[in-house]
Parts: sequence; C-alpha cells; structure tokens
Amino acid sequence: MVKSDQQLTAPPFPLPVLSPTINSVESAQADGDLAIALRSLSAWYGSFQALRDVTMAVLRQRITAIIGPSGCGKSTLIRCLNRMNDLIPGFRLTGQVLFDGQDIYSKRVDPVDVRRRIGMVFQKPNPFPKSIYENAAFGPRINGYVGNLDEIVERALLLAALWDEVKDKDKLHKSALTLSGGQQQRLCIARALAVEPEVILMDEPCSALDPVATLKIEDLMRELAQNYTIVIVTHNMQQAARVADSTAVLMMNEDRAGELIEYGPTREVFTNPKEKRTEDYITGRFG
Amino acid sequence: MHQDVALGRLSRVRRPGPLQARLRRGREAVVYGVLLLCALVSVFTTLAIVAALLEEIWAFFDEVSLIEFFTDTQWTPLFRDQHFGVLPLLSATLLMSLGAMLVALPLGLAAAIFLSEYAPAGLRAVVKPVLEVLAGIPTVVYGYFALQFITPEIVRPLFTEAGPFNAASASIAMGIMTLPLVSSLSEDAMRAVPQTLREGAYGLGANRFEVALRVVVPAALSGIMAAAILAASRAIGETMIVTIAAGNMPNLSWNPLEGMQAMTAYIVQVSLGDTPRGTIEYSTIFAVGMLLFLLTLLLNIAAQWLLHRFREVYE
Amino acid sequence: MIGAAALRRRMAVRRGTGAVFLALCFAGTCIAIAVLAVLLVTVTRDGIDRLSWGFINSFPSRHPEQAGIKAALFGTLWMMGFTALFAVPLGIGAAIYLEEFAPHNWLSRVIETNINNLAGVPSIVYGILGLAVFVRAMDLGRSVLAGSLTMALLILPIIIVASREGLRAVPPSIREAAIAVGATRWQTVRFQVLPAALPAIMTGVILALSRAIGETAPLIMIGALLFVPFTPGSPLDRFTVLPIQIFNWVSRPQPEFAENAAAGIIVLLVVLLSMNALAVFLRNWFERSRRW
Repeated sequence: MVKSDQQLTAPPFPLPVLSPTINSVESAQADGDLAIALRSLSAWYGSFQALRDVTMAVLRQRITAIIGPSGCGKSTLIRCLNRMNDLIPGFRLTGQVLFDGQDIYSKRVDPVDVRRRIGMVFQKPNPFPKSIYENAAFGPRINGYVGNLDEIVERALLLAALWDEVKDKDKLHKSALTLSGGQQQRLCIARALAVEPEVILMDEPCSALDPVATLKIEDLMRELAQNYTIVIVTHNMQQAARVADSTAVLMMNEDRAGELIEYGPTREVFTNPKEKRTEDYITGRFG
Repeated sequence: MHQDVALGRLSRVRRPGPLQARLRRGREAVVYGVLLLCALVSVFTTLAIVAALLEEIWAFFDEVSLIEFFTDTQWTPLFRDQHFGVLPLLSATLLMSLGAMLVALPLGLAAAIFLSEYAPAGLRAVVKPVLEVLAGIPTVVYGYFALQFITPEIVRPLFTEAGPFNAASASIAMGIMTLPLVSSLSEDAMRAVPQTLREGAYGLGANRFEVALRVVVPAALSGIMAAAILAASRAIGETMIVTIAAGNMPNLSWNPLEGMQAMTAYIVQVSLGDTPRGTIEYSTIFAVGMLLFLLTLLLNIAAQWLLHRFREVYE
Repeated sequence: MIGAAALRRRMAVRRGTGAVFLALCFAGTCIAIAVLAVLLVTVTRDGIDRLSWGFINSFPSRHPEQAGIKAALFGTLWMMGFTALFAVPLGIGAAIYLEEFAPHNWLSRVIETNINNLAGVPSIVYGILGLAVFVRAMDLGRSVLAGSLTMALLILPIIIVASREGLRAVPPSIREAAIAVGATRWQTVRFQVLPAALPAIMTGVILALSRAIGETAPLIMIGALLFVPFTPGSPLDRFTVLPIQIFNWVSRPQPEFAENAAAGIIVLLVVLLSMNALAVFLRNWFERSRRW
C-alpha cells in the first residue's frame, strides 16, 4: 500500500505544543536537566534477551513516554529504572542506569533506597486490601518518616486529586477496594507520592480504566510534572501524544529483544520520525 | 483542587538517615536468618529421625543377622525362645494394607469420578466437605468402629470362623480411612485434565461414560496412581486401627479372618510394656521402625515422582 | 459398513453401560457417606447414655461407671497449647521463607522435598523420634512438653503446606505495590502479605491442630500414661490425652469400658467437628470477603 507524504507525517490526533529541545544524554547533562540516564542497557530473563543496548535520557520534571508494540520490552525497561526486576528470578542486566549521576545497580546502592526515591504506579490499580488512609500512610510509615502522618496522607491525596472524594472521616477509613477503578489508581499515585519520590514511573496506568478516568489521570500527570519527573509506559499512542514531552519508541529486533529505535521530543517523533519503522508503527501499519 | 498544595511538593517531612538504613538492613538479615532456621527445622527433623533409628539399630543387628531378620518365620522377641523374623509382622502389614486398598481404591475412584465428571456444583459443595470429615476422624475412633461394629456386625455374621480380632475388619476400617485421600487426590488429578481434551472426545461422539473412562482417567492416571500409592503408604503406617482390631499375635498367614500383628502394632505393644532400655527387646522397635520408615519413604518418593510427572504434563 | 439396526443396538448398549457406570460411581460416593453416618450413629448409640457431667468431670477409675475423662481433657488442652506454641510460628516462618525469601538453589529444593517426604512419615515414627530425642536425649521425661514437641514436629509439614498455599493466594501485585514504595521484603511480608494471607493460614492451622488432637500412636510411644488420676500442673508433668484414654478403654474386655470409650469418642468428635466447622466457616468467610 502506498501512501502520500502528507498522510505519513500527519498522525490522527493532536500533539502537545510543548517540546524539550534536549534529546541526548550529553547535552542534557550539560544543562543539569537530566534525571535518569540509561547507558547501553541490556536485560535478560534467563537466556531470553528482553532489551538490547538501550541508551536514553529522562529529563527532570518532564513526562517521558515509552511506546511500542506489545512484547517489545517497555515494561521491562521501566521496571529497570527502580530495580523492580530484582524480584524476578533469573533476571540480569548489563549497562548502567544513572540516577543523579550514580549507577543504581552499583553494589553500594540499596535497592530499597532507590525505590523510595523512584516511585511506581502499576498497570492494574493495586491498592492494599486496607483502608484508604492506610494505603497512603504505608510508605511513610515503613520508611520511618517523622512528621504528622495525617498531614502527609492528606497532602498526598490532595496531590493525587483524590482528597475531595475521600476527605470524609468515614470514607477515609473505608476499604480502598470500595473505590472505583480510577479512584483506586489515583490512590496508588497518592501512595507513591506519600514517600516523596523524585521520579514516578507509570506502567500503563490507564490500561484498566475507562476514558473519563483516563483523562483524569492524564490531567493529574500534567499537574504533577511541574514538580516531578514522570516516565510512562503506554500502548496508547494518543495518550503519549497528549501528555508526553518526549517519547521513546521501542521495538523488537529479529531475535525478539527490545531495542530503542527512536527517541526525541514527542512532536518530532510523531510528525517527523527518523525511522521508517516508527512511521509504520505510528500510522498503524504495524504493531 | 487546592492550588497551594497541589503545586508544591511534600516537603515538611524528614527523611530517615543512613543510620536507619543500616539498622533496616541489619534487621532484614536477622529476619532472613530466623526464617531460614524455621525452614531448616524440617531438615533437622528428618536427620533426627534417621539418627534416632540408627542409634539403636546397631545393637539389634549386632545380635541378629539381616538374613535372620528377613527369613526367619517367627517373631517372638518377648518370649523365652526368642526369634527375630520380621516376616510375620511385614506380611500382616502388607496384607492388611492390600485389603485396605481393595476397599479404598474402587470406592475412592468412584467418588472421584462422580465428583469430577458427573456431580453438579451444588452437590460437590456438599459431598466434598463430608468426605473431608471422614478424613478428619481420628484413627482410634476407626479402631473402635472396627472392633465394635465391623467385626461383630459385618465380618463375623458373614464368616463364622472369623475371630474377635481379625485382619479383615482392620482392612475395611483402614480402607474407609484412606478413602478420602484417594478420592480427593484423584479428583484433583482429573480436574486438572484440560477441558479441551474432553471437548475433543465429545466432538467425536463419545458419551460421558466414555469420556470419563477412556479420556479423563487415562490422562489423569499418574495422578491417580500417586493417590493410590500415598493411600497405601498411609495404611502401612497406620497404627491404632491394626492395634485395636487385628490383635497382637504375630501370625504368618494369608487368611484375613485370623488375628495378626502389624509392624506398627508391635511397636505399640513393646512401648506399652515395661521393656527396659538397652535390651535387645527394646532395640527391636527401632529395627521394625526403620523398616517401616524406609517402606513408607520409598512409596512417598514414588508418589512424589508420579505427581511431578503429572504436573509437568498439565500445569 | 454397519447397518442401521446394528448401529441403534450399539448406541443402546453404550447408553446402558454409561448409565450403569454412573450408577456405580454414585453408589461408591453414597457408600462413603453412608459409612460416615453409620459410624456416627454407632458411636452415639453406644456412648450417649454414658455421657454426663460426671463423666466429663471425673478421673479414670477401675470401676467403669465411675470413670471419666477429666485428666484426658486437661491433658489434651495442655498439649495442644504447647503444640500450637511451637508448631505455628515455626510452620508459618518456614512457609514465609519458602514462598517469599528462598533463592532458587539446591538448599531450597532439599527443604521442599524434605517437607513433602516428612508429611508421609507414619505418626508412630515421630513417636520413636520423640522417645529418643525429647524423652531421652533432652531428658524431658514422659512429660507434656515432650509430647507437645513431638506433636509439633508431626503437624509442622501440614502447617507449612497450608500456610504456603495461603501466601501464594495473595496476588503478586500486592507485593509489588509494597516494594515500590520502598518496603523491604520483610516489611512487605509483615505488613501486607501476611495479614492478607492470615485467614487462609488460620484455617490450615486449625485443621493441623485437629489432626494433633486425634493422634494417639506417637503419644503412646513417648509414654503418655494410660492411667492418670490427675491433671497436669506444669509442662513437665506426666499426662494423658483423650485418644489415649479412649484407647485404654477400648482395649479392655469388659463391655462397660467399651461404653466409656464410645462416650469419650463422642466428646472427641464433638471437639474435632466443631474445629472443622470453624475452619470451613473461616475459609468461606475469607473467600467471600476477598476482593482483589
């Protein structure tokens, strides 16, 4: 099927105007805008290689989206950023993940500290089967934060735009499982925010939600991006286009390992991709 | 949305310092060690069982040769004329376990097939807990039942030559005791057979009976065999039923209507008496215990192997 | 080729065999349930007349009509208390190790295989172990403590298996959520996984304890007494338990003692069945309230 240039370069959805100018590790470092840098990251589950040689930069207080067809290693990649993959037997990786200039996989780094500074929100809302309050309070509590816990909980829920819906004393101490899916996911965001992370990783946070709840989360992300660095994995290209400042495209190579094929400001990736494969993917001819 | 909060970061709280982090790591290591020790208790238990058996067994085999142990047809350690042939005990144990399997396997399998292939969910929900109750009844109760009901009400009216203590009653009671084990493990195995296999057979025009017997049972066979072996092992190790119902006379016989003494019953008999430690009579219980341990261990390993193979196919 | 008549005949035969087979399977199930009914009826018929407050509140006696189960009841209570004290923390700890911490290495495999095999060791062999280790080597004598330790080892595999199933039923997403906010493994287990698994674990613990209450053989081995006219006052006292008291009565020739045995069995079964009912209730309640 042949398409004209016009069709190829115009994605079927609006793009954010905002776009960062920096897209390489080196130039970002120079600007002090770098939150996380990946250098030649490769990852394996047992003998299966899931990622090959990924190098990219995550900018401070920006939203970085990772998109790509299913099975391309998006989730593996984002879970490398806070060492969640450590829990999976047989997982290993080479390369570096630099956070504030330090390799989070170095022997001297405690993964527990990493995860406190780099929070995570998952695909399906996974609140603890406890009260709303206990969900938000759990992180600060176990991390030995000093301060008024009620206050921390309230502020985290405010930040996650959930406070108004649960501020009732009764409601606050009701089981989190009584909330709707979208509310549960915002509670999970609040739970992550309560430990004061610097980065929030979101692994397809809206895949289990309806469109209204999805929009609400997207608004929230834009709000949070003013103070937090956000990395989001999504299979929904429109979502990446709507919220992300920069976008990375991952794709499987011949032996099924994920490779980074394109990375840059979202607008550029969507309107003027350098790679033919990106173009095919975005226009829906693949994946 | 409260703008003042929403725009700021949470920043009033203090972070834990490096000291806390070190404490945390230390605590984590201690917890790991304690939990590992908990898990190792089971290994120590096995080692202790083997050590306890071996410790006394040397004394026994110093005086009794293995050949005598396994070939002499009399077991009379507690009499003046001592013989140490384990065959009467061993054959009694095997005979009664075989009898138990003759009861447990057909009934247990029938129940398993009924529950897995025929019974509606509602009926299953009632029948399964009832069978579980059967499994939870103490063996001393089954012993009572065998002695006070099965023998006088069933076995002796049918076979007038049967004595008040006989192997048949003990077998029947052990069969009932192991029935729930057979039925629940077999049912698990049959339910693990993928639905697609059944659908395939139905598609070829098979009816329920043919699907159950020609497709499901063969597919679940290794699981069913494991259930049977575990049940046999349970019967071999069963103590109270045989002690109460089968009598305490070592008797090398294949007649289930006679009284006979199983290995476990002999161990009970000795420990009820005042056999002093250090005598050969005392050490016999360890020799018999070791044989019992090895026998059941062998059966268990076989069952585990079968179950493992079964899971490899279907899970 | 088969003729239409032959085909019809064959179909009829197939249907007939199917019906017979179903009838057989149904009959097998019915027999199993009927046996349970007969057992309960027999025991009740034999023992119900003997059941009285005097029976429950009397010590054993040479005169069957004066004998009771007070010592056995107290002995059972003492022993179960200590058995639970040892077995529950050890069992849950081992289960947590195997489910949440154990690396995939040879040691974990050894432990797992070992637990599977221990579950199949005859109870009387545990009695031999208790006799050699607790009664003799540790010199605890034929005491409540020796009995409880033996019983604890006996039910340990059951508790471990049940607790592991309970832990496995907690979805991994709960663990991920806790880990992701900076919880250590132990904090994850202690504050999230274990509370969520607790109802299932408790069900297993109750069933394991009910198994221990009914066990006779290992306690005979370690020498729990057949005739105990007192209740234990400390864990180092000698003791008897309900099943042993029943065994004592069963093995006497006089029919009056058989009646005592039946009455004792009624008490034992009432205790066990209520524990079973409690476990089933807990399991159902747990399954209904779980909503992850």
